[in-house]
Amino acid sequence: MFETLKGKLQTVFDGLAKRGALSEADVDAALREVRLALLDADVALPVVKSFIEKLRNDAVGVASLRSVRPDQQVIKIVHDALVEMLGGDAAPLNIATNPPAVILMAGLQGSGKTTTAGKLALRLKTRERKKVLVASLDMTRPAAREQLRLLGEQAEAGVLPEADSETPAQIAKRALQVAKLQAYDVLILDTAGRLSIDEALMAELRDIKTITNPHEILLVADAMTGQDAVNTAEAFHKAIGITGIALTRLDGDARGGAALSMRHITGCPIKLGGVGEKQDALEEFDPARLAGRILDMGDVVALVEKASEAIEAEEAERMARRMAKGQFDMNDFLTQIRQLQKMGGLGGLMGMLPGIGKMQKQIAAAGIDDSMIKRQEAIILSMTKKERVSVGLLNASRRKRIAAGSGTSVQDVNKLVKQYQDMARMMKKLGGKTGAAAMKAMMGGGLGGMGGGMGGGPGAGVPGAGMPDLNALSRGLGAGGFGKGLGGLLGGGPPNGLPGLGVKPSGKKK
Amino acid sequence: MGWLQKLKQGLSKSSQKVADSLKSLTSLSSLMGASKLDASSIEEVEDALIGADLGTKSAARLAEAMRKHKFDGPVTSDSLAAALADAIAEILRPVATPLVLDSAHRPHVLLLVGVNGSGKTTTAGKLAQQWHQQGKSVMLAAGDTFRAAAIEQLQIWGERTGTKVIAGDQGGDAAALAYTALEKAQKEQADILIIDTAGRLQNRTELMDELAKIVRVIRKLDQSAPHDSVIVLDGTVGQNALSQVKAFQQAADVSGLIVTKLDGSAKGGVVVALAEEFGLPVHAVGVGEGADDLQPFDAQEFANALTGVADRQD
Repeated sequence: MFETLKGKLQTVFDGLAKRGALSEADVDAALREVRLALLDADVALPVVKSFIEKLRNDAVGVASLRSVRPDQQVIKIVHDALVEMLGGDAAPLNIATNPPAVILMAGLQGSGKTTTAGKLALRLKTRERKKVLVASLDMTRPAAREQLRLLGEQAEAGVLPEADSETPAQIAKRALQVAKLQAYDVLILDTAGRLSIDEALMAELRDIKTITNPHEILLVADAMTGQDAVNTAEAFHKAIGITGIALTRLDGDARGGAALSMRHITGCPIKLGGVGEKQDALEEFDPARLAGRILDMGDVVALVEKASEAIEAEEAERMARRMAKGQFDMNDFLTQIRQLQKMGGLGGLMGMLPGIGKMQKQIAAAGIDDSMIKRQEAIILSMTKKERVSVGLLNASRRKRIAAGSGTSVQDVNKLVKQYQDMARMMKKLGGKTGAAAMKAMMGGGLGGMGGGMGGGPGAGVPGAGMPDLNALSRGLGAGGFGKGLGGLLGGGPPNGLPGLGVKPSGKKK
Repeated sequence: MGWLQKLKQGLSKSSQKVADSLKSLTSLSSLMGASKLDASSIEEVEDALIGADLGTKSAARLAEAMRKHKFDGPVTSDSLAAALADAIAEILRPVATPLVLDSAHRPHVLLLVGVNGSGKTTTAGKLAQQWHQQGKSVMLAAGDTFRAAAIEQLQIWGERTGTKVIAGDQGGDAAALAYTALEKAQKEQADILIIDTAGRLQNRTELMDELAKIVRVIRKLDQSAPHDSVIVLDGTVGQNALSQVKAFQQAADVSGLIVTKLDGSAKGGVVVALAEEFGLPVHAVGVGEGADDLQPFDAQEFANALTGVADRQD
C-alpha cells in the first residue's frame, strides 16, 4: 500500500515542473489517492470525507519547500492531519480517584474484552502497583468467567468469586462491595459481548453503569473492524457514554482505519492498544504510529523530518570536505554519535521503523542500547584535544586515564579506538571520491561502525554496513530509495537486517 | 424468528443506510425521468457500497455496472436497489454453497481456522448441534490450547449439544491433540470430527506454521483430511479479510468461509470482495449466539438485505 500511495502521489506530481505553491488541481489529484488509501485502510466513509475537506484547506497554497518534493509534502500534511485527528498525544487511564476506581469494559462479541481486562489487570498491578480486582459479568458466553479467572490469577489480581444465578447488575453490585471492603484500588468489570443494536443488552450496560459509576468506560474494539466501526462506536457512546477506546489486535496487519473513525465519531481518546497474545502485550496508544500505519508507511515521515533536522547542511559540507582530504578524527566521530542521539537515539530510531517491535527482545539481549552510545560519547569527551585529533597518541596509560575519566573500562576504550580505526581506514579508501559520494559513504559506514562497536563483534564498521545516507533516505521517500535505505539502516540485508545492527559482524553488504 | 428475519433485522441498519443513500440520490432532479444514472449518482452508489465494506475495487466495479445498466423506464430508488441487488447476487451465487458431508469419510474432518475472536469456538458448537440433531455422530476437538478457558468453552458446547469433546491441557500441542482426536474419531467411526483451533493473526508466521503443522499431522492419518478447512470471519471485519483469507489459504488450504455476527449493524459486504477475489464457497452465516443461529448462505437474500430490497420474489 505504501508503495502504491507513494507511487501514485509521485505520478500525480511528476508533471509538476516548477516547484511553486501547490495548486488546487495538484492537491485534488493527490487527495483522490489519499481518499482511496484511507478507504482501503477501512476508515469510515463520512470520516474520510470530512478529513479530505480539512486536508484540502491545509494543503492548497502551502509553499513548496526547497528540499522537499511535493508528494512528500502531501504525505507529511496527511500524516500530520491524521495524527491530529487521532488525538495527538497519548491519553493515560484516569484512575486517580478515591479507590476503588472502576473500569468498565464493553464492546462487541470477540473484540477482546476479556483478554484486555486480563492484560489491564497485569499492567495496573505491575506498572502502577495497584491492588486490582477483576470481575466477569459475562453470563452469556460459555466459560467466559473461567477465562477471566485464569487471566486474573496469572496477573496475581483479585478475582471475584463466581456465584450462580446472578444477573450482571447483581454481580456488579457485589463486585463493588467487595472492592470497597477489601480496599482494592481498581475494579475491572468485564462484560458480555453485545451488539449495539441489542436494546435490552444496552440497557443492561446502562444499569451496570448506574450501579458502579465507572471512572473509565472503555469500548474494546478490534483494529480489523471495517466501516461498521462508526456505527458501533456511536451506538455505544450514545448508550453509555464511553470515556476511551481500547484497540485490540494492533499486532496484526490490519491498517487500523477503524481507530480514526471511532475517535472521530466519539471524540474519545484511544487509550490502550493490544499488541500481542501475551498478557503483557498492552501498550499506551501512540497516535503517530497508527497514523503512519494507516498510510502504511511506518513513521517514515517523522524519520525524514528528524533526520533532516539533525543533519545540518553545513555540517555535512564540512565533513565532506574533510573526508575528501582523508581526514577523519575523533571529533568527527563524536559528531556522528551526537547526530544519532539527536534522532532520538537508537531506541527512537528503531521505534520509527515498522516491524521492529518484535525484535526488541533480541536487541535488548544483544546489549544494544542508548547507554552504549552515551558511553562512547563519554570516552571521546575524556580525551584531550590533542588525542582527539591524533589517536596515535593513545598509549596504555592514556587509555587507562580515559577509561577512568569516562567511567568505562580500558576494553571499552580499546573497542572504540578499534572502531574508529576501521572507519578511518575506510574513509581513506574513499578519499579520492567527490565530496557528496564520500559523505554518503561515510554516513553508511560511520554509524554502521558504531553499531558494530555496540555489538562488540569483530570486524565491525564495515563500509556500507550501517546507516544509509540520510539525505538519500529523505530523497528516497519520493525517489524509491526507501527499501534500500531502510535495509541499510538496519545494518544490512533487508528486511530481516535488524539482527545485523552490529550484532552480527556478517552484516556486511547486501 | 427465522434466520432470514434475523439477518434482515440485523442488516436492516446497514441496508437502511445503503437504501437511504440510494433514495437520496434518486431524488436528484437531474435524474428524474432518466433511464440512466448520471456521474454524481454513480459516485454516490459507489460510496454507499464502500460504506457497506465492499471495498473500493468491488464498489467501483458495481458502480460501473450500474452506470451501464439500462433501466426499464425512469430510475427509481427501488429499481436501482433491485438492479444493484441482482448484480451483487450474481457475484455471490457461485459461492453460496452449503457444507456437504461426504459419507465416504469416517470421519469427515472439518477444520475451523481464523483470527482471534472471529467466532470459531461458537461456530464449532453450533455446527455440532446441527449435525447432532440430524442424527450424525459428531466429535469436537478442542484444538485451541492457547487461550485461557477455550477448552472449557468448547466443553460446555459439548455438554449442551451432547457431543463428545476430545481435549488436552491448556498449553499443550495442538497438532498432537488433533491427531489424537482424529485417531479416536476413526476408531469410533464418527461421522464428523470438528477441529477447533486457536485464533491467530495471519501475519504471525510462527503461529501460521503451527496451523500448517496441524494440517500435516492429521494427513498422516487421513491423506484427504481436512475435508473442509473453513475460515471463520467476523462480519464486522473490513478489508483485512482479504489478507486473512489469503494467509489462511496458504497455511491451511482453506476451502470455504463462514461469516459470523451478521445480526448486528455490520454489513459483511466484504464477502462480495472476497467472492470476487478468491471465489471460495461461503458455507454459512452466524446470526446470533444460539445453537440454531448458524444458517446457510443465500446469495439473493444477502444481496437484497444489503441493498435494502424489500421481500422480493425471485
